[in-house]
Amino acid sequence: MRGGSLWQLGQSITRRLAQSDKKPLSPRRYFASGADLKKTALYDFHVAHGGKMVPFAGWSMPIQYKDSIIDSTVNCRVNGSLFDVAHMCGLSLKGKDCVPFLETLVVADVAGLAPGTGSLTVFTNEKGGAIDDSVITKVTDEHIYLVVNAGCRDKDLAHIEEHMKAFKSKGGDVSWHIHDERSLLALQGPLAAPVLQHLTKEDLSKLYFGQFQILDINGSTCFLTRTGYTGEDGFEISVPSEHAVDLAKAILEKSEGKVRLTGLGARDSLRLEAGLCLYGNDMEQHITPVEAGLTWAIGKRRRADGGFLGADVILKQLQDGPTIRRVGFFSSGPPARSHSEVHDENGNKIGEITSGGFSPNLKKNVAMGYVKSGQHKNGTKVKILVRGKPYEGNITKMPFVATKYYKPS
Amino acid sequence: MAARLLWASRVASHLRISVAQRGFASVVLKDLKYADSHEWVKIDGNKATFGITDHAQDHLGDVVYVELPDLGRSVSQGESFGAVESVKATSDINSPVSGKVVEVNEVLTESPGLVNTSPYEEGWIIKVELSDAGEVEKLMDSDKYSKFCEEEDAKH
Repeated sequence: MRGGSLWQLGQSITRRLAQSDKKPLSPRRYFASGADLKKTALYDFHVAHGGKMVPFAGWSMPIQYKDSIIDSTVNCRVNGSLFDVAHMCGLSLKGKDCVPFLETLVVADVAGLAPGTGSLTVFTNEKGGAIDDSVITKVTDEHIYLVVNAGCRDKDLAHIEEHMKAFKSKGGDVSWHIHDERSLLALQGPLAAPVLQHLTKEDLSKLYFGQFQILDINGSTCFLTRTGYTGEDGFEISVPSEHAVDLAKAILEKSEGKVRLTGLGARDSLRLEAGLCLYGNDMEQHITPVEAGLTWAIGKRRRADGGFLGADVILKQLQDGPTIRRVGFFSSGPPARSHSEVHDENGNKIGEITSGGFSPNLKKNVAMGYVKSGQHKNGTKVKILVRGKPYEGNITKMPFVATKYYKPS
Repeated sequence: MAARLLWASRVASHLRISVAQRGFASVVLKDLKYADSHEWVKIDGNKATFGITDHAQDHLGDVVYVELPDLGRSVSQGESFGAVESVKATSDINSPVSGKVVEVNEVLTESPGLVNTSPYEEGWIIKVELSDAGEVEKLMDSDKYSKFCEEEDAKH
């Protein structure tokens, strides 16, 4: 599964359902248990709560629970959701030079981050393309905490390690620690802050979007970031794995059942509604952050100075404009999916969808993809090919559902 | 689960057929025929109505779109004539029998979720005029289909 695409996962489930040849269905182990898939600390907890476990990036993860993906997605925005994202990889970079070191690998202005704040960033390759996206946080000038995608773990760690060795050989002071002893949970939605406040003495009203704190939650030391992948207000909580189940239980109890365990199916719908990229679909090795619409994530100083891999390509794109751009789409008919072609009204191919689906909150189809610069303006009418047939659509701005990040007024 | 059994009994009495009680498995109605690609067929003289089974809709998840064929189009046993889309994926619908499409369930365009809530009743997909009544023999009856589903689920 390339980059952990849920669409490709869905395809494998579908093939099992509908065989056009008349042979009896051969036994295929889509829901493999056992030694080949890794399990998070909450695996048994998920199963006990009716989680439908599926393989995802080498882990056995819940795609949904007893409620449908649509109901789950709506509930996140009305009440709240608790996600197990322990498959993602958290790590700390430490040392006097950890900031300049990281700046060689990402587009963010890490030096300019105030302690206790973080941001979404992109790890780039020599061509300016994205190796992965990541939320990085400067804890102190000598400690950076970052989270990378599960599907990119091996690739990212090898990349960081290789560059770290070279950096250290020149006398740089940097080391790392990969937080496999911790589990990441994501708590999102309007009830996230009120519920979490029951479990900690720290005043969460002072922790704004993008900010980070190390604090006691439900009796254990957690890393708390006010961030998420849904567009709602919420948190990502890194808890020692031996306390993960207790924390999950406490969160669900304090919400009196309103916050529900939510799986990867709904998580994908939510991030799509929020206009957020899924690495492996909307961002890949050959797509630059400028093309992906993430120029805002390239620090101002970095746009002038560069100093990260692929800076020459990216700086040139900032000057001349990129040749393709990521945009949002509404469309009629069946939902547009990854790799669907986008045509202009005259039938000329102008781009491609990279992810799409039915939005449970808007009750219409939403999609994102790339089109040729010049054709990317909001309102542009397009035709999207689904299973060979063209359907009407138009380009629209993202997010599709307004975000509710907790920012100072 | 109790709610589903109640629903199944209600459906059964409406359709005037009996229900095979399957405990924790999906609902399978007696007097319907089934294809191994999880479509059900109700034969009424020379006409056949079909849709996808409870087992299929349960595995698919929320249906968000149904691609219906044009009226008058011919369909062949075992071949795809349309598609059912869920949040997760798209699934072809295969015709359990051959014939000519005489009616399609337009209501599904506005309310595709009927395939989930009422797969055997309001979620019917198309009606065809049979071209070869003998083909029905190749389909499974409710007992065979129930066993088929159990075997499939056991593989996971």
